[in-house]
Amino acid sequence: MAMTTTPTTGAPTPRFRPSSREGILSWIGTTDHKRIGIMYFWTVLVFFAFGGTQSGLIRAQLAQAEQSLITAEIYNQMFTMHGITMVFLVVMPFAAAFFNYLLPLMIGARDVAFPRLNAFSYWFYLFGGVFLYSSFLLGGAPNGSWVGYAPLSANAVSNMAFYAVGLQILGVSSLASAINFITTILNMRAPGMTFMRMPIMVWMTLVTSFLLLFAVPIIAVALFMLQFDAVFGAQFFQPASGGDPLLYQHLFWLFGHPEVYIMILPAMGVVSEVMPVFSRKPLFGYAAMAFAGAAIGFIGFGVWAHHMFTSAIGPVPRAAFSVATMFIAVPTGIKIFNWVFTMWGGKIRFTTAMLFSVGFVSMFTIGGLSGVMHAVVPHNAQQHDTYFVVAHFHYVLFGGALFGFISGVYYWFPKVTGKLMDEKLGKLHFWTWLLGFNLTFGPMHLSGLLGQPRRTAVLPEELGGTVELYNLLSSLGFVVLFGSALVFLYNLIRSLRRGEVSGDDPWDARTLEWMTATPPKPHNFDEIPTITARDEFWHRKYAEDEQHVPVPVPAGASVDTDEHAGHGEHIHMPDASVWPFIHTMGVLPLGYGLVYANWWLIGAGVVWMVAGFFGWIIEPLAEGDDDEPATALAAH
Amino acid sequence: MSVATHETSMGLDHRKLAMWIFLASEFLFFGAFVSAYLLYLDTTNRGPGVEIFDIPFTSVSSFVLLMSSLTMVLAHNSHVRGDMRGMRLWILATAGQGMVFLGGQVYEFTVFFREGLDLTQSPFASSFFFLTGFHGAHVFIGVLILLGLYSLSLTGKVKVGQDVKTEMVGLYWHFVDIIWVIIFTVVYLIPELRVGG
Amino acid sequence: MADTTQAGAPAEAEGGADGHHPTQQEYIRIAVVLAILTALEVSTYYFEFGRAALPLLIVLMAIKFVMVAGFFMHLRFDTKLFGRFLYTGLAWAVVLYTLTLLVFVVDANQ
Repeated sequence: MAMTTTPTTGAPTPRFRPSSREGILSWIGTTDHKRIGIMYFWTVLVFFAFGGTQSGLIRAQLAQAEQSLITAEIYNQMFTMHGITMVFLVVMPFAAAFFNYLLPLMIGARDVAFPRLNAFSYWFYLFGGVFLYSSFLLGGAPNGSWVGYAPLSANAVSNMAFYAVGLQILGVSSLASAINFITTILNMRAPGMTFMRMPIMVWMTLVTSFLLLFAVPIIAVALFMLQFDAVFGAQFFQPASGGDPLLYQHLFWLFGHPEVYIMILPAMGVVSEVMPVFSRKPLFGYAAMAFAGAAIGFIGFGVWAHHMFTSAIGPVPRAAFSVATMFIAVPTGIKIFNWVFTMWGGKIRFTTAMLFSVGFVSMFTIGGLSGVMHAVVPHNAQQHDTYFVVAHFHYVLFGGALFGFISGVYYWFPKVTGKLMDEKLGKLHFWTWLLGFNLTFGPMHLSGLLGQPRRTAVLPEELGGTVELYNLLSSLGFVVLFGSALVFLYNLIRSLRRGEVSGDDPWDARTLEWMTATPPKPHNFDEIPTITARDEFWHRKYAEDEQHVPVPVPAGASVDTDEHAGHGEHIHMPDASVWPFIHTMGVLPLGYGLVYANWWLIGAGVVWMVAGFFGWIIEPLAEGDDDEPATALAAH
Repeated sequence: MSVATHETSMGLDHRKLAMWIFLASEFLFFGAFVSAYLLYLDTTNRGPGVEIFDIPFTSVSSFVLLMSSLTMVLAHNSHVRGDMRGMRLWILATAGQGMVFLGGQVYEFTVFFREGLDLTQSPFASSFFFLTGFHGAHVFIGVLILLGLYSLSLTGKVKVGQDVKTEMVGLYWHFVDIIWVIIFTVVYLIPELRVGG
Repeated sequence: MADTTQAGAPAEAEGGADGHHPTQQEYIRIAVVLAILTALEVSTYYFEFGRAALPLLIVLMAIKFVMVAGFFMHLRFDTKLFGRFLYTGLAWAVVLYTLTLLVFVVDANQ
């Protein structure tokens, strides 16, 4: 890895430190939250293509009854990897992409609290994904479904050792990000940026991070147990020796239900940013939005057993969890009404970003309503493990999370690249996406209620012609979605190459990230702004007349560009470092060692990671140590 | 939040704040192990149960770990006063006690193996070894960090006035200790009451 | 449970606030108290405490926990936020796992 490293000023530049902002090494060694966010985004797209391909195979197999395009074994791998990919390698990191890019910009900071730890999170995510996918080449991917219920998953036939170790790796990544983001939000807000002035996106980042903080350790334990059962002969979930598979289900869903909100809250944050801008109104009920988000997170921890209504739990817990689950509809409803009231009476501009946000609210509401149906215990028993459930969670995760994130891509694309995405292609994308989505997942409600089981490789003919028709429609919907995704990809690449130049503030936006240059400089802000209001940027641009109509302030819109650069103020930026990358690479030998019970590989991985960690610690910093007088990045 | 929003931030050290956030999540980690252990307390699959514990022996090693917290805090105290020699001495003492504790755990596990209790014997055995083993792993990592801190203070990477570094290591170490305070009572002493009574 | 002790006691400790941590002698005195408490705990193994044993052990555990956290981890002298994190994590774990185990127990009584 011999790149030309020109020494910077001050202390001697350590070996391997990339000093340029070009070339692959500059990406490997980057600690810039914006570049890390961009890397998250592209990696997510790759995994989204994989996950989409798997769902294509599933839909092809189920397009007609009694088909055998792929074997049951392959089918099981497909639906398992589809679930794992979409949950852990697409939706969660998609949120991380937004958090990374936007969080420091939105609170007026120059980077996150721990830039190298941030890089560490990304590399752990990437290697975790690579590790999981390498299982295809090493005797078959996991095939015990994304929930990995024991004792099946502890059996070698399910290949779930890769699942147990792979998810563990991804969990470390999430936990590190969570700690990083919480610290950043608590500690690095610009002067005047009180909690109640933070954009809702930042609030949702905070809540999501706390959910991860408290949920990831639980799944970590479940996965350790599972893996030791599978590889080292432990007896946690083995009924033969008295082990209780229910323990796995409890631990999984203690994590798994907060996980649901970990996936949806970030998208709610995105929508809460997009809607006010394109309605030209402040967000309706800001405080209610923030606290509803926190309430969803809080209650979301206490409802896990509703995934287990058909497992062996008694009527009293069932009743209790049923009621608790219904309670979640309250804060969620608050949010939905607030979005509607945000649009109410606003000057709405239906840009692609806005369309996707409106799509989010409508599709998510449908998914939410079928969710309340699940909360009813007898109903739940009827629907459990049918396609009705599949329809439900695709309406909240695809119609919800993914619509929200895509809205965010259209909205912040100019911020990241300085170019606009094509609106015509964007609208084509939206309408085909909406159509394809409803065509794919709408009929699943019906086929599920008619009794079509999930996770079954063959569509049984005995279910009848109606169910077959619904399945055919679903498969056609996939084709539409596939075409729509190609439109999106084309639009993305075309706009990157020769999109219309956006200028600094293309949307007449409200929040801090638009107040700096577009695309932002490495240090984000030449001068850290002082915050005096919620929607700070808007209030700098507009005053209100007597009828509360916004009036432009003459010399208001002060986008922070080169004119007042410098000011001689010293800007302390984090150094680039390749050590997080080197350190995290050790997780690959460690992971394979744990799957194959190979102590040499485990040892090599541990030694590698410890060595990498020490390299990380003793790496000299260009501007001295954190404790030396010029402290904290945030301190102006 | 009265402490909050001191103009730019909460006026807290990033690293300490992050460490406390991390420690909060660790309760959920160990809590799951403890729950599994409590659930499987009697699921011994006709193998040894809690009567196998050697309380006097474990009491001694628990005591050693508890006292290592004292030396740890003395190391920090020395560092704050700028007494780096004293700090190094106390760090070594802490790491040494950690290793004694780990040695005790290895001995304990070996004895249990001989008496027919191993990971694959029963859910009780699995959950016992898991809980204490993962705690042991935390102690092991702690010892590594302590030795790292020791050597970095020798090379001058950890200087006088940078006592937050020692404090951070200390926070982790004390946390591992208070987890053992819980484990010692919940895993060893309380189940042992039933054997006695 | 521990939070009340936390909130109630720090009066004399806070007197020397502003990073005024205990001296070496004070630390040693705290360690002696911890040692005595541990001895008390272990004594339940040797002597018969009857029904008092379980609550006694739990109380002793809580006191040791709060003492180490409060003095050695400097919770008493640091910002309250740190303590909130610690005790929130603890309380959260206790609540969630107690509920989980309750679900097992309630089921068993069917």
